[in-house]
Amino acid sequence: MRIALTSISLLFLAVFLVVPLVSIFITAFQKGWETYVASITHPDALAAIKLTLLVTIIVVPLNTIFGIAAAWCITKFSFKGKNLLITLIDLPFAISPVIAGLTFILLFGAQGLFGEWLLTNDIKIVFALPGIILATLFVTLPFVARELIPLMQTQGTTDEEASISLGANGFKTFLYVTLPNIKWGLLYGMILCNARAIGEFGAVSVVSGHIRGMTNTMPLHIEILYNEYQFAAAFAVASLMSILAIVTIIIKNIIEWKSGLQGGGH
Amino acid sequence: MGISIENVSKSFGSFQALQNISLNIESGELIALLGPSGSGKTSLLRIIAGLEGLDEGAILFDGSNITNVNPKERNVGFVFQHYALFRHMTVFDNVAYGLKVRPRKTRPSKEAIKQKVNELLSLVKLENFADRYPSQLSGGQRQRVALARALAVEPKVLLLDEPFGALDAKVRKELRRWLRKLHDEYHITSIFVTHDQEEALDVADRIIVMNGGKIEQIGTPEEVYENPASPFVYDFLGNVNLFRGRLHNGTLTQGTFTMQVSEDLQDTTYDEAVGYVRPYDIVLEKEKPAIDTVAATITHIHLVGPNVQVELKRQDEEEYLEATITHIHLVGPNVQVELKRQDEEEYLEAALSKEQFRSLALQKGDIVYVRPKQLKVFVPEDFSI
Repeated sequence: MRIALTSISLLFLAVFLVVPLVSIFITAFQKGWETYVASITHPDALAAIKLTLLVTIIVVPLNTIFGIAAAWCITKFSFKGKNLLITLIDLPFAISPVIAGLTFILLFGAQGLFGEWLLTNDIKIVFALPGIILATLFVTLPFVARELIPLMQTQGTTDEEASISLGANGFKTFLYVTLPNIKWGLLYGMILCNARAIGEFGAVSVVSGHIRGMTNTMPLHIEILYNEYQFAAAFAVASLMSILAIVTIIIKNIIEWKSGLQGGGH
Repeated sequence: MGISIENVSKSFGSFQALQNISLNIESGELIALLGPSGSGKTSLLRIIAGLEGLDEGAILFDGSNITNVNPKERNVGFVFQHYALFRHMTVFDNVAYGLKVRPRKTRPSKEAIKQKVNELLSLVKLENFADRYPSQLSGGQRQRVALARALAVEPKVLLLDEPFGALDAKVRKELRRWLRKLHDEYHITSIFVTHDQEEALDVADRIIVMNGGKIEQIGTPEEVYENPASPFVYDFLGNVNLFRGRLHNGTLTQGTFTMQVSEDLQDTTYDEAVGYVRPYDIVLEKEKPAIDTVAATITHIHLVGPNVQVELKRQDEEEYLEATITHIHLVGPNVQVELKRQDEEEYLEAALSKEQFRSLALQKGDIVYVRPKQLKVFVPEDFSI
């Protein structure tokens, strides 16, 4: 029975994970190493990589701060509308990313609610970097908060109360007591947030405008190459993203192992 | 430091945790807040520490109102039931925490902190554990670290929330004695919350008995134990036998059993009076005694002390109850005897010394004659068990 179950899951993993992953790399190197290097060093590809990294560097810290703040006030205080806040945090999970992107177009697009005002003040949001950042922020909003809320709920508030009663102020209590208690959960949430920020397609696709070398992120760039039948080039960039994904999974596992070691001592 | 609590009320949603609490605590006292869970004792402690806000009333430290003072400014040492040690810090860092987080101006030097921490660790007999983490300590050791950590900031008040509640019986007793000793040496005003009456009677200078968000009684251990102010206190502090009956002209009648009640209840009549008798105030006789033997029994009353409230005055033989022995506990210095009354479906509990027990030669199933030596009547009945 055990052998049967194990082989079923292994087979499943092989068909749906390993085979596609290997095929990405095979297709990427189909036309040789030179083509591979040329594809990922093409100015448009480099621009897409740069844009993706820039968006990630801006989005992950912002959502980390938001996640900590939201989890903190949800778990350490009781107030009216707490359940509403928890539901709102989950909203990006429930809404299709395309709809999320469209909402930003409706708000900030030329025909949108603030479109005219933005136009007269010469502020570009949609089809530009701010739009892409907003869309990514929205989609990756729940990751850190969702990871921290249950963790901080089980930890309770007595450690913080002990710190305050010993004369520490709120900031020192956070730095010396809360942060060490939540660090592994926080890192885990940040990694998930980071992975999604790099890979987000739908919402970004709607707001970016697909301007080559300007507003194309890596996933959008891959789509364009693919649609132009440049399979080797598309898969070359895709292989880069796959490597990022694999690295993320490895870091995630190290964190789980480390936090397991720490948690096991209690 | 003296603490005054003035008309403090607190509710959580629709639950009234504290109702108009007022009390004074003298500087250097060791106080027990005693009560069942939900009685508001922990809420009161947390309000004194500033960890919880209050709805109405005021808290005064040495006469100055600190109701709105931030907990970190109150200079209060708080010890939590589950220790609340910082798990990622060593024992040394835990104890040093309160000194390390001080603003630069008032922070002691590294050397001074080290000296202070080592001093405290030797006080709690954990000198050799400075580099350990909390997870490597036993429960009793953890609680001692928590105490050392609270004492490091030289608090003016020490507040302990069920400090020994999570420990096993032997360690609990040890730590309890140790806390008493610590208090006798340092005279820091201390308040500890407990639901264990033995702990409160054993350690505290004064006991505040709480129930349902109100104070039932404040007094020394002797006062609250020997002279309970309410049925609740009677029941909560130790075992008690109930005699429910009708009180009329100083006599409590229950079926054919009557007892004379003295003092101020002579002229009153209540249909539902309850007499309270401690197990050690129950006298057992093997033979139905004649009237003259009773005089000898009454001489025992002086053992009870000056606080005898209600004295039983025997008039006829009916004052003895017939009961069957259903169980005998022989463990400990006293013998506990469980009795079933012959006239009612009720059980009584009596405590005898080993000598008394031996001289009576009691056996399970024996019929004995029971008489309360001392009984206190509360009317009207506003508390039921």
